[in-house]
Amino acid sequence: MSSETLTAQETDWRQPSPRKVAMILVILTESALFTIFVVAYLFYIGKSLVPPYPHQVLHFPWLGSVLLFGSSGTIMVAEHHLKKGSISGFHLWWAITFAAGVGFLFWTINEWLHLIYQEGLTISTNLFGSTFYSLVGLHASHVLVGAFLLGLILFMSLTGRIRHYHHEHVEMISWYWHFVDCVWVVVITVVYIISANS
Amino acid sequence: MANGTTTVDVGEEQLPARPGQERGTLTGWIQDLIYTVDHKKLGILYIGMALVFLVLAGIMALLIRAQLAFPDGHVVSPQTFNSLFTVHGTVMIFWVAMPLAFGMANYLVPLMIGARDMAFPRLNAFSFWLTFFGGCLLFFSYVGAPGLYGSGGAPAVAWMALAPLTSRAFSVGPSTDYWSLSLLVAGIGSVTGAINIMVTIFCYRTKGMTLSRLPLFVWMIVTTMFLVIVFLPPLSAAQIMLTLERYLGAKYFDTQAGGSAILWQHFFWIFGHPEVYILALPAFGVLSEVIPVFSRKPIFGYPMMVAASVLIGFISAGVWAHHMFTVGMTSFGVTFFGVATLAISVPTGIKIFNWLATIYGGKVRLELPMVFAFTALFQFLIAGLTGVMLGVAPFDWQLNDSYFVIAHFHYVIVGLILFAVFAFFYYWYPKVFGRMLDKKLGFWHFWLFTIGFHLTFDPQHIAGILGMPRRIYTYHPGRGWELWNFISSIGAIFQALGIIFFVLNLIWSARKGKVAGDDPWDAWTLEWMTTSPPADYNFEKLPEVRSRRPLWDLKHPDDPDWKFE
Repeated sequence: MSSETLTAQETDWRQPSPRKVAMILVILTESALFTIFVVAYLFYIGKSLVPPYPHQVLHFPWLGSVLLFGSSGTIMVAEHHLKKGSISGFHLWWAITFAAGVGFLFWTINEWLHLIYQEGLTISTNLFGSTFYSLVGLHASHVLVGAFLLGLILFMSLTGRIRHYHHEHVEMISWYWHFVDCVWVVVITVVYIISANS
Repeated sequence: MANGTTTVDVGEEQLPARPGQERGTLTGWIQDLIYTVDHKKLGILYIGMALVFLVLAGIMALLIRAQLAFPDGHVVSPQTFNSLFTVHGTVMIFWVAMPLAFGMANYLVPLMIGARDMAFPRLNAFSFWLTFFGGCLLFFSYVGAPGLYGSGGAPAVAWMALAPLTSRAFSVGPSTDYWSLSLLVAGIGSVTGAINIMVTIFCYRTKGMTLSRLPLFVWMIVTTMFLVIVFLPPLSAAQIMLTLERYLGAKYFDTQAGGSAILWQHFFWIFGHPEVYILALPAFGVLSEVIPVFSRKPIFGYPMMVAASVLIGFISAGVWAHHMFTVGMTSFGVTFFGVATLAISVPTGIKIFNWLATIYGGKVRLELPMVFAFTALFQFLIAGLTGVMLGVAPFDWQLNDSYFVIAHFHYVIVGLILFAVFAFFYYWYPKVFGRMLDKKLGFWHFWLFTIGFHLTFDPQHIAGILGMPRRIYTYHPGRGWELWNFISSIGAIFQALGIIFFVLNLIWSARKGKVAGDDPWDAWTLEWMTTSPPADYNFEKLPEVRSRRPLWDLKHPDDPDWKFE
């Protein structure tokens, strides 16, 4: 009688891809984490008791933003090449993306060295320092993880372990990378535009 | 056709051999549990861990009650008392109630939706071991802290660890760091576990198990895990800030540098109140499975139940500051959070009425699971009513941080959640171990624990109204609190006796209990289709699900549910 019910309706049974659902949830939980740091930053704008203040030391992050936003475009081109089956094109654009990610990290290191040694702003200086380094640092740590994943994919691909049918796996890395990019939009708005002009 | 489509024949007194059991030795068994990625074994590990921590934190509660039994008591030192209620609270929330939720979900969700395992089995093991080691880290503070730093010991800042008590100046030594780091570690385990369970539910349902046919337990778990995913990160963020403050000198909660101690409360409670629903929703899920089966009626108002759970999930995001009515919020803030708190009792009330409507007119079987579920329902009603009272801000101003609050949330966490967990044990133990829990020991457990529960927590309402504040080390005679505290402490002994009967029952019945068979309760969800205990692969084959009660359809082909849904 169970075989009867089994054959009763041979309709196709579709469910969402586990990878995609899992990545959406990872992005959701990460967004919640970032939200708290963003709220803390906004809440403490203008409440630092001692200098330096944001408008004195922050410069708009042109280089970092170009690198990061550009990499969101190049990763899409790379994906497109993988889907088409052009592995060499994928290598090229993926390597560019990876380089941009690493470049962003070096830009951050440079910015922080400047802030710490030239401007004397550390995490314990004032509320601005505390909230700035924890929010930007949290974002940078996500870029670090993203760059590691990009490097891993690049390495696996160069050693011939990634084929065009892996495009969904690779797409998940790119989703994460786009998320890191979106967070950067929020960080720019909150840190480099709102707080630096208030 | 009660035994479903599985072919393993259950003999009279012989259980089917479990894979992995043939090794037989104790070390082999332990090795099996440590190496496992099987959702059922991990579920048992979660629940086993929760029971061990339940006993440990329960002993702490007994010490607290011993200290408070008489006025001017000196059973433990004040510092020890502070660490007792801190670790008791933290452990009960994060290493008892949450692992119980995760354990129940781990064991039941794949079986209920007809999956072979979780979506990511190794991630599942990772989640469990992170949670476990987080708990070990917290308990290690008892031995580790003085040895390493010469001061400290167990955390003694209460489970909400209010700033600025947690700053380096007031919390010397690493004890508070053990608290925040162990919660961070367990938090990562919880979030990964929650993602895993969500993906399993959305992507690994058997054919025909649409979202509108999910068992209600699974729906409650969906909501729970969503809350874990969204509201545990705020706690982690707050812990990161606290650790940065304690180790790198950040200023978040340092009022002397312009920081705000209130911000800590906001961050803590924006996690803390959804957490209550993270704990309560799995209990609702258990009630929603047990009550229909033992009333012999399908659940009343399935769509409303689902909608109410999801609504609770959403509203719970906007009620956190009702824990903070006394910190001096704007009157708009007070009104908003007060109204939201009253609003959340509406979907909760819908649930209670639906359960009652399910029982009403049913052919009620007063088996142990039903007895516990019914008692949980009754106690939850009272807990909800005191909750509504505390949601009214002027009332809360009077009773905030008093024993009334203690009584209220123990009514929720013990009266509802723990009783539902007991119902879970009596209902699903036969599935997990293939044998029934003993009825006689079970009723001893029920009566001792229920009497103990009411003796302990009913008088605390009165002590609270008479002005007894929470977290006090001792009190002088002559304030009218002596009798209530004494009764409370007597009740704690009854509860402990009840737990002893329960644990004895768990151990005894695993060897000597009555053999259960596949479907001892004549139930309707898919887990009762397979053998007890289920094989590693869960099911040999599954029918296409065509209604909310797939097993009913199998047993009654002449009158299947899908004709009416």
